[in-house]
Amino acid sequence: MNRVINNPDLVVEDMLRGLLAAHAELAAGTDNPRVIKRACAPVAGKVGIVTGGGSGHEPAFLGYVGENLVDAVAVGEIFSSPTAKSFFDAMKAADGGQGVACLYGNYAGDNMNVKMAIKMAERAGLTVKTVVANDDVPSAPKGDEAKRRGVAGEILMWKTAGACAAQGGSLDEVIAVAQKTISRTRSIGIGLTSCTIPAVGKANFHIADGQMEVGIGHHGEPGINVSAIVSADEMARIMVDTLLPDLPFNSGDRVAVLISGLGATPLMEQYILYASVAQYLGNAGLTVAVPLVGNFFTSLEMMGVTLSVLQLDAELEGYMKAPCASIGLTQN
Amino acid sequence: MAQTLTLKQSGQIVLDLVDTINANRAYLSEIDGAIGDGDHGINMSKGFTLCGDALRAKPVLPGLAEGLDTLAMTLLEGIGGSMGPLYGSFFMGLAESLAGHETLDAALFGEALANGVAGVETVGSAQVGDKTLMDTLVPAREAYRAALAEGADFSTALDRMIAAAEQGWQSTKGLQARIGRAARLGERSIGVLDAGATSCFLILKTLAGSVQQRLG
Repeated sequence: MNRVINNPDLVVEDMLRGLLAAHAELAAGTDNPRVIKRACAPVAGKVGIVTGGGSGHEPAFLGYVGENLVDAVAVGEIFSSPTAKSFFDAMKAADGGQGVACLYGNYAGDNMNVKMAIKMAERAGLTVKTVVANDDVPSAPKGDEAKRRGVAGEILMWKTAGACAAQGGSLDEVIAVAQKTISRTRSIGIGLTSCTIPAVGKANFHIADGQMEVGIGHHGEPGINVSAIVSADEMARIMVDTLLPDLPFNSGDRVAVLISGLGATPLMEQYILYASVAQYLGNAGLTVAVPLVGNFFTSLEMMGVTLSVLQLDAELEGYMKAPCASIGLTQN
Repeated sequence: MAQTLTLKQSGQIVLDLVDTINANRAYLSEIDGAIGDGDHGINMSKGFTLCGDALRAKPVLPGLAEGLDTLAMTLLEGIGGSMGPLYGSFFMGLAESLAGHETLDAALFGEALANGVAGVETVGSAQVGDKTLMDTLVPAREAYRAALAEGADFSTALDRMIAAAEQGWQSTKGLQARIGRAARLGERSIGVLDAGATSCFLILKTLAGSVQQRLG
C-alpha cells in the first residue's frame, strides 16, 4: 500500500487539518472536530444547507461547503456515516433562523444518524427538513426508487438548493427544489479497480484485471454486471442507455451532465468519456446546458467513472448556472 | 437467591460491558473482515472505551440507569456508521425504562429489554433473517418474555434469554445478508457469522451474567 499518509488511523483528522489550513476563506472548523462550516455560517435570515457522509469521497462532502452551496457538513470515518451528534452540530452551525435543509444520500447509517440528529434538533428548537438522494439507477429497479443509493447527483441537489437558499428561498421552497432536482437526476457508475481503506490495509473488494463492474456503488456495492472492459465509447453508450429510459428523458430536454472520476481515473479519460456521452445524448435529442467533468465525488483510489444526468427546467437551469464558490465547485 | 438488585449499586455492569467489548476487539474485527469493512471491533471498542473512561472519571460510579444512558450518548456521539445509532438506541431504551426505579426485578428487566429492542426497531429497518443484530436481539426478547409468562424466576429467565440469543446469533452463519454493506456479497455472505449479531450476543451474555452475579 503506497500512500501519502502519516497514521492510517488518523487520515480523516490529518486531512481536515490540511483542508482548513489551505482554505480558510471558504471553510472553518467548529467546536465539533467532525463538523466543517462555511467561513461565514450561519448566515442570518438564510435557510441553512447541511449535508454529511463518510470520508473517502473527497471533494465530497466537505468540499461543497462554500458560497451559495452548503453551509455545514458532518464528516464521518472513511465510508462510514458521521455520528448523529455531528449531523446535529452541523444543523446548529448552519441555522440562520430560517430552518435547515439536510440534503444527504440514501445509506442505512446516514438515515439512522440523521433521524437521531433530527430528534436532537427538535429538542433544541431547530426546524429541519430533509431530502434523501436516490439517484443511483443500478442499485434498485424502477418502481423501487426509494431503495436506490445517493451518489454524485447529490452535488446537483446541493447546487440548486444552495442557490435557491442564497436567493432568499424559504425552507419549503429549498426542500422542493432539492427534491425536484434529485427526482429528475439519474446516475450510474462503472468501476475498474477496488480501493483500500488505509486503516484496513487490504482492498475492500475485488475486480479482476481487465474486468469492469457496471453499476458499482461508491463503496464498492455490487453492480449489475461484471464483464470484460470495453472502450470509453461503449461505456458511454451503456451508461446513457441505462439512464435515459429510467426517468425517462425525452427528445428536446435540456440537461445538466456531471461526469466524475472515482479517484484514480485520469481527467484525460473522463473527457474521452464525455465526448461520447455528449454525442449519445445529442443523438437522443437532448441539449447539454450545463456540463461538469472532473473528480467531484470519488471513492478513494478506485478507478472508474460515474455519470449523472439532470433533466432541467427553467428554474433548475437558473439555479445550476448561478455563481458559487467552494473547493469542489466554483463558477462565476 | 434474591431476585432483585439495587440499581444505584450496579453501575459496574456497564464497565463489564466495556471490558467485554474491549476483550473481543480483534475477534469482532476479524469476523467483520470476512464480509464487511473489518472495522466493527475497532469502532465498538472506540465507543465503549470512551464510555468507560467517562464513567471512571466520575468521583462516584453512577448507577446502572445513568451508566447505560452515558453508554448510549457516548455511542451516539462517538461512533457513527450504523452501530452508533443502533446500539445507542438500544442502551437508551434500557436506560429510559430503568430511570426512576430503585430496584431491578424480573418484570422491569423485561420491560427494559423490550424498550431497548423497540428503540433499535425505530431507528433501523432490519428484520429477523436479514443477518444483523436483530437475529440475536429479537429471539432474546421473545425467550425472556415467554420464560416470565411461564413463571420462571429472574435468573432462569436470563438463562433462557441467553440460550435464545446464542441460537439466533449462530443462525446468522447460514443466512444471506439482505441489509448493510455485507449485502453486496449476496450468496457469498453465507457461511460467516454476522459481526453485529456477534457483538450483540456478547453484550447480552455479559449483561445477563453480571445481573445474575448480583442476584446472589
